Amino acid sequence: MKLKCKHVWEHISEYIDNSVDAKLREEIERHLEHCEICSAILDSTRNILVLTADERTFELPVGYSKRLHERLTKELEGSEKDSKKE
Amino acid sequence: MRMAETNEAGLIARILGGEKELFHELIRPYERMVYLTVFSILKNEADAEDGAQEAVISAYRHLSSFRGDAKFSTWLTTIAINEGRKRLRKAKSVAEDSIDEEVEGHEGDYSPAPLTDWREVPLEALERKELREALRGAVAELPGIYREIFILRDLEELNVEETAQALGITANVVKVRLHRARILLQKRLVPYLKTTAPARRGFFGRAL
Ligand SMILES: [Zn+2]
Repeated sequence: MKLKCKHVWEHISEYIDNSVDAKLREEIERHLEHCEICSAILDSTRNILVLTADERTFELPVGYSKRLHERLTKELEGSEKDSKKE
Repeated sequence: MRMAETNEAGLIARILGGEKELFHELIRPYERMVYLTVFSILKNEADAEDGAQEAVISAYRHLSSFRGDAKFSTWLTTIAINEGRKRLRKAKSVAEDSIDEEVEGHEGDYSPAPLTDWREVPLEALERKELREALRGAVAELPGIYREIFILRDLEELNVEETAQALGITANVVKVRLHRARILLQKRLVPYLKTTAPARRGFFGRAL
């Protein structure tokens, strides 16, 4: 039985994660060989995931790490005093 | 992948044994993860930074309650999620359970945008602020339950089990929400990315 496009779309995310079973994977791959639309959907989705996951897309605020460790140093010094009081 | 777990367990033991300054070292590989987790809930840089700091301090204060049955990264993510949600509730002045009640409906169209002519956008294109903003905007527009999962799975690269554990939901719910998040992003971004106005041709062509 041939897979319909809609059926392929339902499994795109799992297909990308390599978590569909072998039989379904084979069916999807056979469909992709002749379906330009599903191939384009799959590739464009993958493309978007790669772009989104790139560290340049979601940058940390400038100085974030420095401020975080400064705050932590204060906290550690504070708890140091506390433990000396005890 | 991340810092070896044995090394991490050793660090934690030493911190709890009094070598407190080692906490700086313990947290360093997860700074980005903590920030993104809080950001996934609050969607705002300044609030996310405050929340991330608070989450790290909280992790330090509660380190002795880390049992080691979960990975440290998962435990830390749970703390960051709680901190983010606490701040979101404060900001919205809504009851705790109204956030938890946000669940995925069976309604809604989660079909991807069909394409015929499409061109891969190279990583080099990320040098353009406009593209980065479009990507961030699309993620920000996702409904909260989908955005949270998307950031944990696809940006922080937690696996399905870790994501489920950190959020207190089932692996199946993680998969369904991730699928919808990815489809919504594809739908939202593809028309933008495939724009081939003459003025932009040089920009996309640059990497070729
Ligand atoms: Zn198809």
